[in-house]
Amino acid sequence: MMDNLYMPYLMKIERITHEAPGVKTFMLKFVNEADQEKFTYKAGQFGEYSVYGVGESTFCIASPPTRKGYIECTFRQTGKVTNALSGCEEGSMIGFRGPYGNVFPIDEWKGKSLLFIAGGIALPPMRCVIWNALDMRENFKDVTIIYGARTVKDLVYKEELKDWELRKDVKLITTVDPGGESPDWKGEIGFVPTIVEKIAPSSEDTIAIVCGPPVMIKYTFPVLDKLGFTDDNIYTTLENRMKCGFGKCGRCNVGKVYVCKDGPVFTLAQLKELPDEY
Amino acid sequence: MNIDKRLVRKDSLEKLFDILKQNSKAIYAPLSKNGKTTFGNAVAFETISDGYVQTTQSAKDIAFPRVDGMSVRGIDLNEIPEVVLWGVRPCDATGIGELSSIFNWDYKDEIYNNRLSKVTVFGFSCSKADDYCFCTSVGGNPGNTAGSDILFTQFGEGGDYLAEILTERGEKIVGLAPALFENSETDDKEKFLANVPVKFNHNEIREKLDKFFESKEWIEQSLRCLGCGACAYVCPTCACFDIQDEAHGKNGSRIRCWDSCGFSHFTLHTSGHNPRDVQSARWRQRIMHKFSYMPERLEVFGCTGCGRCSRACPVDMNILENLISIQEVTV
Amino acid sequence: MDELIKRAKDLLESSVVKVVIGYEEGTGNKTRALFVENAEDAGKLIFDSRCVQNLAAYITKKEVKEKGKMAIAATLPVMRSIIQLASEYQVNDSNLIVLGITPESKFIEFANLVEVETFVHKYQIEIDARNKEMLVKLEKMTQAERWKFWVDELTPCFKCYACRAACPMCYCHRCTVDFNQPQWVPVASTELGNLEWHLMRAIHLTGRCIDCDACYNACPLSIPINLLTKKMLEDAKEHFGGYQPSLKGDHLMSTYKPDDKENFIQ
Repeated sequence: MMDNLYMPYLMKIERITHEAPGVKTFMLKFVNEADQEKFTYKAGQFGEYSVYGVGESTFCIASPPTRKGYIECTFRQTGKVTNALSGCEEGSMIGFRGPYGNVFPIDEWKGKSLLFIAGGIALPPMRCVIWNALDMRENFKDVTIIYGARTVKDLVYKEELKDWELRKDVKLITTVDPGGESPDWKGEIGFVPTIVEKIAPSSEDTIAIVCGPPVMIKYTFPVLDKLGFTDDNIYTTLENRMKCGFGKCGRCNVGKVYVCKDGPVFTLAQLKELPDEY
Repeated sequence: MNIDKRLVRKDSLEKLFDILKQNSKAIYAPLSKNGKTTFGNAVAFETISDGYVQTTQSAKDIAFPRVDGMSVRGIDLNEIPEVVLWGVRPCDATGIGELSSIFNWDYKDEIYNNRLSKVTVFGFSCSKADDYCFCTSVGGNPGNTAGSDILFTQFGEGGDYLAEILTERGEKIVGLAPALFENSETDDKEKFLANVPVKFNHNEIREKLDKFFESKEWIEQSLRCLGCGACAYVCPTCACFDIQDEAHGKNGSRIRCWDSCGFSHFTLHTSGHNPRDVQSARWRQRIMHKFSYMPERLEVFGCTGCGRCSRACPVDMNILENLISIQEVTV
Repeated sequence: MDELIKRAKDLLESSVVKVVIGYEEGTGNKTRALFVENAEDAGKLIFDSRCVQNLAAYITKKEVKEKGKMAIAATLPVMRSIIQLASEYQVNDSNLIVLGITPESKFIEFANLVEVETFVHKYQIEIDARNKEMLVKLEKMTQAERWKFWVDELTPCFKCYACRAACPMCYCHRCTVDFNQPQWVPVASTELGNLEWHLMRAIHLTGRCIDCDACYNACPLSIPINLLTKKMLEDAKEHFGGYQPSLKGDHLMSTYKPDDKENFIQ
C-alpha cells in the first residue's frame, strides 16, 4: 500500500466538551488500533482535521503526548469546516492527518522555570505543552500560567483551570478584559499584557511561552523585554493559512520558512527574522 | 562521460511515433488549439505542433495534473499509463527536476512520484529563441541534457536528428525501435543551437533579494499586475496547490488542484486577516520564492527561464525585465 | 499623441491628479499599461492601434485608486466601461478625469463624466463581423452540437481567472467563486465546473458588458469566451432593445418596463 500523504486517519469522536460559546473540544480515538499503536507526536505539533466531503482545518494537538490512547483538539466555530465540525456528534467519524510541524524543545527547558502566557482561544496549543511539563513536573523550577480571555464565559478548559489553581506547584493567574468579569469573579481584571506587567514574573533562568491573538502578542513582547527576557528565551506558535501541512502547497510560506514545516513553534529571535507576512 | 549518440533520420520520427503507439505508450505532445500550444494526448503524428519556440503551457500536468483525484482514492499504479512526453524543451526538462524537489522535500509525495515514474521524456533542443527566453541566465542552455531521457537536436531546418540516449528509460525506447536509432557519425550539436545570451547574474540577484524586501520597486513593478493565475499555471515549476473535498451524496472525493500565490485570497485567513493583501506583496512573493527561498532551502532554482509567464501575461509583466531591473537597482 | 502627453503633464504638475493611466511600449511589439506619477515621465505615454487593453480595469484596483485622483487615457470601449462603472458607483468626477481618444485617434477633452456619456451615446455597441458570423453558426447548431462546442472550448480552461482580472466589470472584492460557504462553483477546473464559471460570469455581465474583448485578449489559451458575452449582447438587443452604459443607472437587468416583451417566459 503506497503511502499517501493526503489520506487521513479515521478517528472517532469519543467525547465533546463545550468550552465556551462557539468553542468545543473533541477527544478523538483512532478507529484502527494499528494506527493508534504507531502514532507518536510531540508537544507543539498540529494536524489537519477533516469532515469528510467538506474539507480540512488546521488545529494543534491539544492533548499532551504523555497521555496515550487519544488526542484532543479544540476549535472555534468560524468557517466552513469548523461549522461542519461543530455539527458532529459523539460517535461521529472525522479524519486526521498528522502530526506535522516542529516541537517545543521541552527537553532543553529542563532545570529552568516556565512562564506560560495565553489569551482566549490560544490556550489549546499551550495546553499540550503545559500538561507535558506538568506530567514531568520535577524537571522544572517554577511554573507560572497567566491566562486571560475577553469574558468569564470565553475562558476555555474551565476544568483544567480549576486543577491548575488547586495545584501547589503551579502559580495560575487568570484574568478577563475590563468589563468581562462576572459578579463572582475572583481573578484579575485587565488585558493580559497589563497583568503580565503587574505580576512581573522573574526572567531569571526562565523560558516564556506566549500564545494569543496578534494584538495580545504585540503588547506582551515589550513587557517581557522590560522584564529581562531575551528573544531566544521567548517561544510562540504561529497560526497561518495552511492546506497540506507538509511544506508543498505554498500557502504558509513566510520568507524562507514554511510555518507548517519549520514552525509552528518559533522563538522571538526567529520571528524577528521573518518578513511581516503572517 | 560518454553519451550514446545516434542518428535519427528525419522521416524516422513518425515511424518512432507509430512504434510507440503500438507498444501501448500514450504520447503527450504539443497540440495546437486557438493558436496556442498545449500538451495533450497525440493520436496521430500530424497533429503534433512544431515550429514553436516554446509551448503556451508547460508539461507539468503529466505528473502534477491540474485536477488530481488520487488524493484519497489512493494511488493505483495500474491506472497511470506509460507516457512519452514528446517535444519538451531543455528548460522544461530541467523544470521537472525543480518541480520534483518540491514534491520530495522531506515528505515524499508518492502520487507525484508514481505519475512521474511512468514518464519518458523526449527533449528537443532549441534552434530558435525569442526575447522572452533566458535559460542561460538560470544555469540552463538550449541543448541541455538534464531531465531528458532522450534529447533530440535537429541538424538545421528539415534535417536529421542527433539523438542523445541519456538514461535507461531512453535505452528501453531505443530497444523498441533499434533500426531508427542509427550508429552513424553525427555532427556536433553546438552549431545548431539557438543563441541565448546571458541577461543577468543569478547570484547577484539572490544576494540583492535578501536586502530588497522593503523596496518600493515591488510596488512599481506590480502596479499593472491584475492578480490572475496565468503566470503560475503556465509555469513548469510552480507547484502551489489547493486541496478540495467534494461530496456527492454519500460519496466524495478529495482532490488536489492548481492554485496561485498571485490570487488575492491565497493567504486569506478565515478571521479576515490577510498577510499579503496588496498585489505588490504577492508579486514580491513570486520572485522571492523562485529566486531566493527555493535556492536557499531546496538548492534549486524555482525558474527555468522558459519565459512562458511573460508570454502568457495579459498585462506584459515581463519577469526577465523585472529581474534585470532588480539587478540594476542600488540597494 | 502629443496633446495627451501635454495634458497628462499639466494635470500632474498642477497636482490635479496623482496618477495618469495610459499605455507605453511593452515587450516586443506589445503595449501595456503605464502609471505616470511624475510629470517628467509623461513622455512615455503612447497611443496607436495596438493599444486595446481596457485600462478601466485599473480604476477599481485599490493600489491604483488609493494614490488619489486619477486621469485615464480612454478609447471608446474604455469610456463605455467608465460610464458603466460610474453608474454602479465605482467611480465619479471627484476621483477621475477622462482623457478621451476618439475612434479616429484624436484627443478629446471632457470636463466631466456627463460629457463622456454624451460622446459614448453617439456610437452603438456593434458586434464585429467575424464574431457575428460565429454566433450565427452557433445558433444554427443543434443543442447537442452547441453543448459539444462549448465543452470542447471550455474544458482546457484552467481557471486562471485572467478573464475576470482583465474585465473592468469584475471588480468584486471577493468573487462568488471565492466564497466557500457555500462553494457555489467548484474550485478545480473540471469540465462541468468550467462551464459553470463561464456561464455564470456571462450572466453576471448581461446588461453590463460593453464588448471590449478584454476577457478574450487576456486568456492565455485564447478561448473565445467573448462569444458568450457577445451572445448576451445580442439577446439583450432582441429582448430589450439593446442597452448603453448610462449615468442614470437604469440597468437593463434590474429595471422593469411595462412594455418588456418577456418572450422567453412562454
